[in-house]
This record gives sequence, C-alpha cells and structure tokens, in this order.
Amino acid sequence: MTDLNDLYQEVILDHNRCPRNFHAIADATHRAEGYNPLCGDRLTLYMKVDGDVIADVAFEGAGCAISKASASMMTDALKGRSVSEARALFDRFHRMVTMPPDRAVEDLGKLSSLAGVRDFPVRIKCASLAWHTFKAALEHEQRTSTE
Amino acid sequence: MGIAGSERAGPHAGTADASGSPASFDVQRIRADFPILARTVRGKPLVYLDNAATTQKPQAVLDALTGYYTGLNANVHRGVHELSERATEAFDAGRERVQAFFNAAHSREIVFTRNATESINLVAYAFAKPRLKPGDEVLISAMEHHSNIVPWQLVCEATGATLRVAPIDDRGELILEAFDRLLGPRTRIVAITHMSNALGTVNPVAEIVRLAHGRGVPVLLDGSQAAYHMRVDVQALGCDFYAATGHKLYGPTGIGVLYGKTQHFEAMPPFLGGGDMISSVTFERSTWNALPFKFEAGTPHIAGAIGLHAALDYLDSVGRDAVAEHERQLLEYGTEVLSSVPGVRLIGTARHKASILSFVMDGVHPHDIGTIVDREGVAIRTGHHCAQPVMERFGVAATARASLAMYNTREEIDVLGRALHRVREVFGS
Repeated sequence: MTDLNDLYQEVILDHNRCPRNFHAIADATHRAEGYNPLCGDRLTLYMKVDGDVIADVAFEGAGCAISKASASMMTDALKGRSVSEARALFDRFHRMVTMPPDRAVEDLGKLSSLAGVRDFPVRIKCASLAWHTFKAALEHEQRTSTE
Repeated sequence: MGIAGSERAGPHAGTADASGSPASFDVQRIRADFPILARTVRGKPLVYLDNAATTQKPQAVLDALTGYYTGLNANVHRGVHELSERATEAFDAGRERVQAFFNAAHSREIVFTRNATESINLVAYAFAKPRLKPGDEVLISAMEHHSNIVPWQLVCEATGATLRVAPIDDRGELILEAFDRLLGPRTRIVAITHMSNALGTVNPVAEIVRLAHGRGVPVLLDGSQAAYHMRVDVQALGCDFYAATGHKLYGPTGIGVLYGKTQHFEAMPPFLGGGDMISSVTFERSTWNALPFKFEAGTPHIAGAIGLHAALDYLDSVGRDAVAEHERQLLEYGTEVLSSVPGVRLIGTARHKASILSFVMDGVHPHDIGTIVDREGVAIRTGHHCAQPVMERFGVAATARASLAMYNTREEIDVLGRALHRVREVFGS
C-alpha cells in the first residue's frame, strides 16, 4: 500500500503552501472555471495566448492540497509552451494519473509527484481538476466540472 | 407477528464502564451486537465516525431482514395465502412499532417512504403545493440540509410562492426572534430541522411549533438526525409532520417515515399513483384507499419496515435516554480532544447540540484531513454535508465532520485525536 508520504510529497506540500502563478490575469484571452462538487474545490484559470504560444497562465481559487498543488505545477509547466505542446502534455498527465498504480509512469518532472493519487481513487479528480479547466479554457467553455 | 421484534438480546445491563457512562450502559456489549465494528480498514481497527451519514446495523436487524426473505417473503395486502397474510402482519406491525416509537396517536398517521427526503417531498407536493399562491411564503432556516431546501424551492417556483430563510448566529443557533418576525400573514408552512446535520444544533422545536401555531401555520420537522439521538414525541411537540429515515435509526436503507396528523393526511391528494393506494379504479375515475395506504403506491419496502421494526426494538432495548447520555459524554470529550489539536476550530458550538463535531483545521483542507485519518482506519465525512448554505454562513468551503452513535467510545475519539496530530505532521506545521 502506498504510504501517505507518497501522496503528500514535499514538492506537493510546497506548492500547496506557496502556489505559483496564483493571481488573476487582467488581459487574459482565455478563462474558465473549474468545480469539483465532491469536495467543493473551485478554481478560475486565466490564460494569455499569443499566436500559438501560452504567454501567461495563472489561477485563483480554493481547494485541497492536491488540487491546489496540481494547479500550481500545471501553470509552471504550461507557461511558454505552444498550444499543441500543452494539449499533448494534458494527454500525458491524464494518462499518468489514471494508469493502474502498479504500472511505471513516464517521467513528467515535478508533475510526476502527483502519480501517488492513483492509490487514492477519489482524489484523482482533485489532481485533474486544473487540467480539465485548462482544456475548457482552450475550448472557450465557461465552466467545467469533474463530475 | 413473529419474526421482526420479539427475539432479541435483552437490555444491556452492566456495570458502569471507565468512561463513566450510565450504569446500565455497556458500550462493549453494544459493540458486540454490530458485526461490522469488528472489521479492520487499511489494516487498522475500524473507527466509524460517520454516523450522521448512516449508522451501522445490529445483528438483530440483519436477522430480521434474512428472516423475512428466508421464511416469509410474499407481497402484502393482496394475497389470501398464508405467507401473504403473515408478511402483511409483519409489515403492519412495523408501522405500529414506528407509531409507538414516535408516540403518534394512530398508525394511520405513519406513512412509509424511501427516506426523509421523500417524506419532505410528499408534504411539499401533496400538502403545500395545492395551497400555495403567488406571494405566499414557505419559511425554512439557514441550517437546513439540501433535502429540506430544494423541494420547497421547486414548489415555490411552480406556484409563485417565496422561500424565506430564518437566520442563524455564529454559534449555529437559530435566531428565534428573527424566525418569529419572518412568520408573516403569508406564511403557509414552516419546514425546519429538529437537529442540524452539519452543526449538531438541536433546535427548540416545541417553541417553534408554538410560535407557528400561534399564527395558524403548520410545521414540518426534519428529524433525520434527531430521531436516533433523542426521544421524539410528536404529540408532545405538536408538529404537523415529522420526517425521519430508517438507515440512520440503525435500520436498513430505503425505508423512511412520514408522520402526519390525520386531518392533514385526510385532506391531501395522493402523492404517487399506482397499486395499493387505490380503493377502486375505472378509466373514468379512481378512488383512494384509506390512510395511510393512500400515500403508499406500489409494493412497499416490506423487508425495510420489518428491519426498521427490529432496529427500533434494539434502540429501545438499549434505552434512548441511556444512548443520549452516553453520546452527550462522548461529545463533551470529543470537543475537548479536538480543541486540543493545534489549529482546529469547531464549526457549530450551539449551547444545545448533539453528537456532531464539525471542524476545520488551519492551512489544511478538510478533504486532506479525511484522506489522512482514513489511513488510520478512521471514517469521517468531509465536504459540505449537503448543506452548502451553512458552509457559506460560516465562510468555509467545507468542514470535516466526526459524528457519534451509541457504539462509539472514548478510545475511538483518542484515535481520531492522534490521527489529527498526524495530519499536522504531514502538513509540517
């Protein structure tokens, strides 16, 4: 069985305590709201897309450590990427958190620290909320939900 | 009636235990009656503190369910054969047991439903809706469960009536003066909880009924939480309707109860149509069965009524006053233990409360608390507890909630306390 420390790794606790890119973007080109009705996690994602590049991305909201840390790490990971690279990263992240716990995961840098949620099935939605919200923002959907 | 209630363990006599519970109350003997409490979770003994969501079932209830299905299964109210007659007797005896439990005047005043939610919906649709006109008002409180909000919103929307909400204070107590002021000439019904599932507050329901009746307004009480923690006497309370659910009364899921005064039930149209609720049917017109069957369309939850009978017998064999006293002492102890954990703040500190410890912890989301204590075998609820307006009132997105029942012990509270210290360790603060 996975130890709690695998879920709450130091890097996750750090991003929870001091989330990166935790603010609104006044001149965002894309914006979406994410909501997890199970635990009440809410976040608003802001993006500034310049041509094909995600020039800036940030978020606001309240949620559990997993959802907040995941949102924080995601913004770090997406900034400066092309839209198509970002979409590919969404797919890779999604594959990682939904893969059976006994399978080895691809190295996604800091994002790999969230692979521990696979042992806590109800928490997978916490880790993926920000990413689904990012995708909704790209598609110009106003709201997304993990339900 | 034979199977449902007659043969079960006698009263749980014993000497006073270390916790100082009443002399007649032996928590270890009670625990032995609940098979699930012997299991482990994540390699640790189960510490079940999610009783406000549902309680565990004693062996007597499991035996009653099995007994019905193995020895008595038949449909009720329509067979002339032996099994159907016996099943009907057992089902009817279940209703009489519920009547006695809530001290209703007649068994026709007890309607079986699926749960308290359906009981409330029955009153909203069959009692309130036909009476509501545009501008009329339905009065609820700010501490209601969604099940005592949404049905009223729906009938208000359909009729043009307005939903009014009596406020609560920072302790989580109903502000009675404000409630009294909101009772207006257009108030057609008051629907309020006997005990809050999110805060533990026990409302002064006798006083609420007195105030409402003073203005000629009928009152529905949501007894989902109160019914398994304290004695409920619907005649003494004088309420018009009382909703409860079997699965929190140590009984099966899928069986609920609605108490209603005969005069109201007589005057109301049916809620659902179908078999069993009619007296005669032609394509031109149907006539309704007598009370309470008018409100029980289709084959009822026969096993549920029989299981609930066994559950109420069990609860009374332990003694409701003894249960209330045991839980009062546990709540006091739990309040102490939680208050000693750094950064923990209780949400819901009403002077009159029961069995609910709702709390938040500085810098840690309740969902993370839930996951970490689960690893210690402790089951608590985290989230908004189907009471989002309560969360908003206290400015939190969610709380963690430990809720107590008759079989919980001080040692289990200690396990929760240690698990919360573990949460602090993990979050390094």
